[in-house]
Amino acid sequence: MLHYFANPTRFQRLSRRVEPWLLAAMLVCFGAGLYFALFSSPVDYQQGHTVRIMYIHVPAAWMALFCYTAMAVSAAVALIWKHALADVAAKATAPIGAAFTFLALVTGSLWGKPMWGTWWVWDARLTSVLVLFFLYLGYMALRDAFDEPGRGARASAILVLVGFVNVPIIKFSVDWWNTLHQPSSVLRMDGPTIHPDMLTPLFLMAAAFQFYYFWLVLLRIRRELMVNRTRALRHRQASA
Amino acid sequence: MSAFSVLFRREMRLAMRQSADSFMVIGFFVIAVVLFPFGVGPEPNMLARIGPGVIWVAALLAAMLSMDRMFMGDYEDGSLELLVLSPVALELVVCVKVLTHWLTTGLPLILTAPLLFVMMNVPGEIWLVLLLTLVLGTPVLSLLGSVGAALTLGARRGGVLLSLLVLPLLIPVLIFAVGAGDAVLFGNGAKANLMLLGGMLLGALALTPWVTAHALREAVA
Repeated sequence: MLHYFANPTRFQRLSRRVEPWLLAAMLVCFGAGLYFALFSSPVDYQQGHTVRIMYIHVPAAWMALFCYTAMAVSAAVALIWKHALADVAAKATAPIGAAFTFLALVTGSLWGKPMWGTWWVWDARLTSVLVLFFLYLGYMALRDAFDEPGRGARASAILVLVGFVNVPIIKFSVDWWNTLHQPSSVLRMDGPTIHPDMLTPLFLMAAAFQFYYFWLVLLRIRRELMVNRTRALRHRQASA
Repeated sequence: MSAFSVLFRREMRLAMRQSADSFMVIGFFVIAVVLFPFGVGPEPNMLARIGPGVIWVAALLAAMLSMDRMFMGDYEDGSLELLVLSPVALELVVCVKVLTHWLTTGLPLILTAPLLFVMMNVPGEIWLVLLLTLVLGTPVLSLLGSVGAALTLGARRGGVLLSLLVLPLLIPVLIFAVGAGDAVLFGNGAKANLMLLGGMLLGALALTPWVTAHALREAVA
């Protein structure tokens, strides 16, 4: 299974077939999710309309963690089995994950100003997500810092695995420390504590973000493979 | 003579021949802290409040200065390849390198810190705790720094990149170290913070040599 898709041609054929479906699923989920989130969901009794920021903020934060985990898994597969496509997947995921992390930080900040009265507080959840953002940036910087691309790929893969220590810290930061950021209300042992009317748009938006990620990452992997192929062809041309 | 002592003597001899490096680290540490009274004003209570944090941040940055040289010399003159190929476990080599780095960077920082406590008007009752946090924390800097130093070997602008990679990972050390001083002042006792720092040290000690050794093998591959 792992090696079946290591073949770039096979992978490209499959991903070309899957991409339109992912795009369609994303558009449907975004459409329905935005309708529910902006029009057809109740106003929070304390937060008013500000609660609608949550439908972007929470899925973006989930995706920030999801992308990093995906990167760590890809990096581990690339390091252990020398799987070329896994390495490309890690590279393709990094900017998307960084963008989701940035989106989570910005929307959180926009929500925090009217709710907490401040754009930013140094509590454990916010700080650890900021560190996650720096880890994404560090990964991209380290990956590009070498003249030989293979060296950058391996060095940055190790960095991703070292930085993975931050992911459980982010997840449990609201439980371990008394923070201003509220504890988790959806992914918890005794079931969600949010009303179903708010849960529907939240899950629709989360699904839309998820489809968006898979669509974009397949696109980026294909692009990366084409770039590699062009480079290889140029090398061959130059040496011939 | 055991491999450890041979390696250790070699590293120490190299470090002694470049002892100016250690003095530069101390000089940076002192100057960085001394800038703060000019920057925020010399009001004693304010200095006492921010002193522990300023001293720790300066120690963090000072330790970064010598970090990129941990493997650089050996990488450039090719002896790193010989060390990788030698029958001695590369993890042991890494441990010796980290120990030398700590002896030439962390230890001088700890010895200089009391002078800065005086200059920053740090309350006497937290001196001991802050020194303890430095004793527990500076080896973590050297250990995590060794990972960054090995990863950035041969990179363009490796020194700056190293700081960008390692400093975010060191934030927890900074939080709990400075928190220990505050905990004593608030009457909570610093035991929890010191134990967390000790846990970080043990965890880093157990894991980072393997990561660094792997990164070094990749660097010379």
